[in-house]
Amino acid sequence: MLSRVANSVYWLSRYIERAENVARFIDVNYNLTLGETDSLGNQWAPLVYTTGDQEPFEKRYGAPTRENVLKFLSFDEDNPNSIISCAAFARENARTIRESLPSVVWEQLNKFFFMVRTAAKVSSTLDQPQEFCERVRLASHLLVGATDATMSHGEAWHFLRLGRLLERADKTSRIVDVQYYILLPDAHDVGSALDVVRWSALLKSASALEMYRRQHGKIVPERVADFLVLDRHFPRAIHFCLMKAQESLRNITGSTSGTFCNLAEQRMGQLCSAMDYTSVRDIVQHGLHQYIDDFQNRLNLVGAAISDDFFTTHQQRQARNAEASGQSQAQTQTQTQSS
Amino acid sequence: MRQASYQSKGVFDEMFAPNGQPRASGAQFVERLQTLSDGSLQQRQKAAELSLENMGITFNVYGHAAGTEKVWPFDLLPRIIDATEWAMVEKGLQQRIRALNFFVNDVYNEQKIFKDGVVPDELVLSSKTLRKQCQGFQPPQGVWCHITGVDLIRDNDGQIYVLEDNLRCPSGVSYVLENREMMKRTFAHVFQGMSVAPIEDYSEQLLQTLLDCAPPGISDPIAVVLTPGIYNSAYFEHTFLAQQMGVELVQGSDLVVENGYVHMNTTRGLRRVDVIYRRIDDDFLDAKCFRKDSTLGVDHLMDVYRAGRVTLANAPGTGVADDKAVYAYVPEIIKYYLGEDAILPNVPTFLCSVEKQRKHVLANLDKLVVKPTNESGGYGILMGPQASQAERDKTAEAIRANPREWIAQPMLKLSTVPTLVGDELKPRHVDLRPFVLCGKEIYVMPGGLTRVALREGSMVVNSSQGGGSKDTWVLRNGDAVPPLPAMDAGGML
Repeated sequence: MLSRVANSVYWLSRYIERAENVARFIDVNYNLTLGETDSLGNQWAPLVYTTGDQEPFEKRYGAPTRENVLKFLSFDEDNPNSIISCAAFARENARTIRESLPSVVWEQLNKFFFMVRTAAKVSSTLDQPQEFCERVRLASHLLVGATDATMSHGEAWHFLRLGRLLERADKTSRIVDVQYYILLPDAHDVGSALDVVRWSALLKSASALEMYRRQHGKIVPERVADFLVLDRHFPRAIHFCLMKAQESLRNITGSTSGTFCNLAEQRMGQLCSAMDYTSVRDIVQHGLHQYIDDFQNRLNLVGAAISDDFFTTHQQRQARNAEASGQSQAQTQTQTQSS
Repeated sequence: MRQASYQSKGVFDEMFAPNGQPRASGAQFVERLQTLSDGSLQQRQKAAELSLENMGITFNVYGHAAGTEKVWPFDLLPRIIDATEWAMVEKGLQQRIRALNFFVNDVYNEQKIFKDGVVPDELVLSSKTLRKQCQGFQPPQGVWCHITGVDLIRDNDGQIYVLEDNLRCPSGVSYVLENREMMKRTFAHVFQGMSVAPIEDYSEQLLQTLLDCAPPGISDPIAVVLTPGIYNSAYFEHTFLAQQMGVELVQGSDLVVENGYVHMNTTRGLRRVDVIYRRIDDDFLDAKCFRKDSTLGVDHLMDVYRAGRVTLANAPGTGVADDKAVYAYVPEIIKYYLGEDAILPNVPTFLCSVEKQRKHVLANLDKLVVKPTNESGGYGILMGPQASQAERDKTAEAIRANPREWIAQPMLKLSTVPTLVGDELKPRHVDLRPFVLCGKEIYVMPGGLTRVALREGSMVVNSSQGGGSKDTWVLRNGDAVPPLPAMDAGGML
């Protein structure tokens, strides 16, 4: 398939997944703060941390009040990671490759964008954001379902899945990273009762509570981390996402298991196998935050390699090579001079 | 459904005869329309509009903020054409395209038609759309105009005329197909059993036409559609055609010339391309050959083209034959190459480059429509009778300064078709753009794009100027018409 089309397919599904995750964060936090009476400003701040946009947020909004955070995350068109921006980017990507998508998929995306745009114009949407969040989640599910059911499971579909899974792995890792520490009792509180409500909310934000209970029963921080990071069967767990993403990558390249044919596959394989042979104890000993930080860096490198291996055009590569050979010549000359 | 008040005064109406009775071609449709309950038509119209929006069937309007998409305007009431009349139109269009192909080929090769004094060479050779780069070239199968959209109008006298030929990148066929789809979705009960000629195989025909004209010797040619990108007014159409044919929609940056061939950038490296249905104007195709500042095309594309290693559809240079001054000679062109009289007449046309005709034009500016020879989309036109004296003076000056660039035609009265306006059916002026494909054979889509001027009395049908569109039904004669199906109670869908 065309490199440009692959690029757009990949990003379109990343944006949809991103919008879905933001909706999840909002929904769960809203429910969590509903019953509280004290000033809860700081309880909205972690949401902004989770999306990684604290800097632009603080610059433009200042205090992380409920209203500010909801506006920033949902309908702020200047925030590239807001739901409305994600929906617009997804639609714009889809529009440039409309010919490669089944009509029903395009139509759903189109409706999704209109729904978000209409909701943004209704001032009451954010007073009670649950319904809006649910519609965003459902739209995302509908798109996944529509692509699964109407699109050939060929290259384009695998790029779609690849984008979605990498985005999801990234977002789950951010949830775990930010929320885990907020929820862990301070050292002097060790032994005090766990805030089960909040831990449940964390799991819920990944729609993971019910599946967690079946797997692990009682809520234990280490097990929650285990479930969200290392579980091989839960579709929002990081490990699951990576396993399936690797599968899609192999389908795209045709490489057999345990081999690689480009940098993207090599990096992905290294990251997956590291995770295959990691236990939650290793992670906790290493430090969860460091582990996730390291994971996110490596995931970014996988993303960069995918872009380089598949989306770069012949012209771009030639231009880069020309530049590189120019540089190496320059270096040679410098070396000659200095010697 | 009320239509008692429907009247199209002094103009030929496609649906109703002057006595108020439906014409034979429209009788069955009108009968069905009358069985609809009040408000049902409006409900269906709304349902269709919502559908069009949800499906993202849009066009872009230039001069607005980037990415301004407008939902395609569609009116539920079809234009109906009788089978016998259509058979004549079809033959006329085939004849015309055959002759125009000979003409373009002759212009770029032997130029016999000039030597024989049928068309003045200075007129053709001074055309802005002549491409010297194409001289001496012969495309595969001798086809220059693979895809043509011919604008037809019916005047007061009931005669169908060719208003203009669009031989470069004519748009609109995707909307024809979508209009039909919409009709079936929202008006199924009325459509059912009406014996309308199908158009749904157009994409298949287009693909076949493109593959027919691939460079010789390629067993399994690869075709693509080349678009300028999402801001082009016809971007929807480009995606639609690529999707329906199952070929890649490429932009200039997706293509590269390497080792004497055109390739596209894929996730697995370069892949050769054999046929390009290009929706980019000649000027922008290849910055090394035409406009140097163009970034939309592919450098060195024309080298590959002239070497016969890639087919461009339509061929560069075909615009020379839809120059409006050359248009005036099409009946002679048909006679010259085919030895036949033109089946479809031209609108009488005055060439300002001919002194006598220019004098007539300048003396009758208040009665004529004056058009620049090389603009499309209705730009630069002077509607003499409706224009102010100042506007006419300005045009007169432009004509004197550069007579070659202007033609004039009498003001025609486009025929009307009933159109839903509020709660009522009103006569609105229409034109028709059928699409013709020329590969190994010449295929004419039955019907075409009916464009309708939505404002009362207006004859401006361009969608960019607020025009709408209708489904076009070419009836098939001789088919048994099944009994009227039971109508629903007027609910949606």
